[in-house]
Amino acid sequence: LPQAKYKERGTVLAEDQLAQMSKQLEMFRTNLEEFASKHKQEIRKSPEFRVQFQDMCATIGVDPLASGKGFWSEMLGVGDFYYELGVQIIEVCLALKHRNGGLITLEELQQQVLKGRGKFAQDVSQDDLLRAIKKLKVLGSGFGIIPVGGTFLVQSVPAELNMDHTVVLQLAEKKGFVTVSEIRQSLKWEPERARQVLEHLLKEGMAWLDTQAPGEPQYWLPALFTELYSQEITPEEAKEAMP
Amino acid sequence: MDRFSWTTGLLELGETLVLQQRGVRLSDGEEKLKFDSGVLLLSTHRLIWRDQKNHECCIAVPLSQIVFIEEQAAGIGKSAKIVVHLHPASSNKEPGPFQSSKYSYIKLSFKEHGQIEFYRRLSEEITQRRWESMPTGQAMQVNKDSRAGRIRAVGIVGIERKLEEKRKETDKNISEAFEDLSKLMEKAKEMVELSKSIANKIKEKQGDITEDETIRFKSYLLSMGIANPVTRETYGSGTQYHMQLAKQLAGILQTPLEERGGIMSLTEVYCLVNRARGLELLSPEDLVNACKMLESLKLPLRLRIFDSGVMVIELQSHNEEEMVAAALETVSEKGSLTADEFAKLVGMSVLLAKERLLLAEKMGHLCRDDSVEGLRFYPNLFLTQS
Repeated sequence: LPQAKYKERGTVLAEDQLAQMSKQLEMFRTNLEEFASKHKQEIRKSPEFRVQFQDMCATIGVDPLASGKGFWSEMLGVGDFYYELGVQIIEVCLALKHRNGGLITLEELQQQVLKGRGKFAQDVSQDDLLRAIKKLKVLGSGFGIIPVGGTFLVQSVPAELNMDHTVVLQLAEKKGFVTVSEIRQSLKWEPERARQVLEHLLKEGMAWLDTQAPGEPQYWLPALFTELYSQEITPEEAKEAMP
Repeated sequence: MDRFSWTTGLLELGETLVLQQRGVRLSDGEEKLKFDSGVLLLSTHRLIWRDQKNHECCIAVPLSQIVFIEEQAAGIGKSAKIVVHLHPASSNKEPGPFQSSKYSYIKLSFKEHGQIEFYRRLSEEITQRRWESMPTGQAMQVNKDSRAGRIRAVGIVGIERKLEEKRKETDKNISEAFEDLSKLMEKAKEMVELSKSIANKIKEKQGDITEDETIRFKSYLLSMGIANPVTRETYGSGTQYHMQLAKQLAGILQTPLEERGGIMSLTEVYCLVNRARGLELLSPEDLVNACKMLESLKLPLRLRIFDSGVMVIELQSHNEEEMVAAALETVSEKGSLTADEFAKLVGMSVLLAKERLLLAEKMGHLCRDDSVEGLRFYPNLFLTQS
C-alpha cells in the first residue's frame, strides 16, 4: 500500500509539471505571435537575420525546422521558407545529376535555385541552402555536404563517399581535376589506393577520365566545370561561336 | 571610454553573437556615466552595449582593443563587476560618445547577475581571437562614406539625407527585431529547461508515467522544436499529429503510387506533397515520422528502407520481389543492362531502378559486372546453367 502511495505521488508531480509546461507553452505562443506580427517580414527578407535566428535557436537547444507543426513554423513561417527551398534543391540536383554524377558546388546550386525562383523571389544565401540540405538528409536519398577548398560540394545520391574519396575531391577542387601522381605526392598514398578511389568516383559518374591529357590521365570533376571553366551562354551566343 | 564607437548594433556578416546580458551598467574607470542600464552583447568581434530604454543609443568596442579582464566580486549593495583594460584608441576609430578619457579601463556592473558566465565567455573569445579568421562585411564602411559625401553639392545632400534616414529606419527595425528576438529566446530557453526537468523525471520513473502524459509531453516538445532522446528511445518520435498525417498521406499518395508502378522514393513524395500543399509545408522529419507509422496503423502503404539507406513508400499490394522476376526477364531479353538503361526501358527513376537491380542481385537472379564503364547487370547463369 505505501508503494502505491509513492507511485501516486510520483504521477502527481509529473502532472503538475506538465500542467505548468502547458500554461507556459500558451504564454510562449502568445509572445511568438506578437513577435511575428512585428517581425515576420524580417525572416523572409533578411538572410542575416535568419542566420542570427538559427544560431540563437541552436544555442538554446531548439530546432525551429524539426516540424512544420512547430510554433516557429506555424507563426514565423520559418519552416515554409526552408522546406520549399528543400524541394527546389532536390529538383535542381535531379536535373543535373546526369551531368555531374550527383555532386554539385554550393555556388552552382545557389545560382540554379535562384534562377528557378524567378526575378521577384526572395534572396537565398548559402547558409540557407546548407540548412535546408541538412534537413533533407533524413529522407535517405543520400543528401550530404562535403567541405572542399573554401566552399562545399553537395552530394545528392546515395553513393558511399568515405574519407579517402572526400580528400581526393578536396585535392581536385583547385584545378577541377587531379592525377594519380598528384595524389601520391600530396597524400603519400600507394598507387593502388589512389586508383581505387578514382575508379569509384568514375563509376559513380562524379569524375570523368581524360586519357588524352599530356603526361598522364587526368580525372576531372564535372561538378567543378561551371565554377572554374565555363560560362553560361545564350543560344544566340552559341550560334555565333559556331563556324 | 574613448575607445567606444557609435554603432547600429547590427551584427556584420561573419560576426556571430556569443552571449548577451541585460541590466549592465557601464562606467568609465571609477566614474559613473549615464550608461546606467543596458544590454551587453558579446560577439566574436566586439563588445556592444545598448541602452535598454533608448535603443538608438548603442556603442561598441572591438575585442582586439582588450588587453586583459578582471573579475570583481559582488559586495553589500554592490553588483559583481568585470573590469576591462583597453589599449589606447586607434587614430582611425569611428566616432563615439567620448573624445578622451583619463582611464584606460572600463567597468561593467552586472545589476541583474550573469557576470560569471559573461566573464567565462569573454575570456574564451579573447583567447580564441575568432575575429582574426572571420573577416567581417563592409557594413560599417557604408555609413562612413555617406557622412563624408555630405560635403558634396547642395542638391544631393537632401537625397542623401533621405537615404540615410531610410537606412537608419531599416537598421532600427532590424535592431528592434533583434532585441525582441533576444527576449523571445530567453523565454524559449526557459521552456527548454522545463522540458529537460520533466524528461529527467520520466527517465527516473522508468514507465511509471502514463501513456497519456507521454503523448502530451511529446506534442509539447514538437511545438517547441525540442528533441528528446529519452522519449524517442522508449516510444518513438511520432505524435498524434504524425498519426493524422500518416492517414492523410495514405489518401493523397494512393493514385500517384499506382501511376508510378507502386513505388516512390521518399524525396519524390516530399516534393509531390509539398508542391501540392503550397503552404504549411511538411518538414522532412514530419514526413519520415508519419511514414514510420504507416504499417502500425494498418494503412494501404508502407515505408521500406533498402540496404543502401534509400527510403521508399510502397503500396501494400506492391511486391518488390515479384517485380524482381519481371526485371530478370527484361535483363535477359537485352542480355545485360545498367541501371540507367533499365530505368529508361521501364520508365522508372534511376534511383529506384538501381535498387531493384541490386535486390535482384541480392536474391541471386543477377550478377554484376563492375568496371569503370559502369555497373552492368547480367542474368546469373551460374545459378541457371550449372
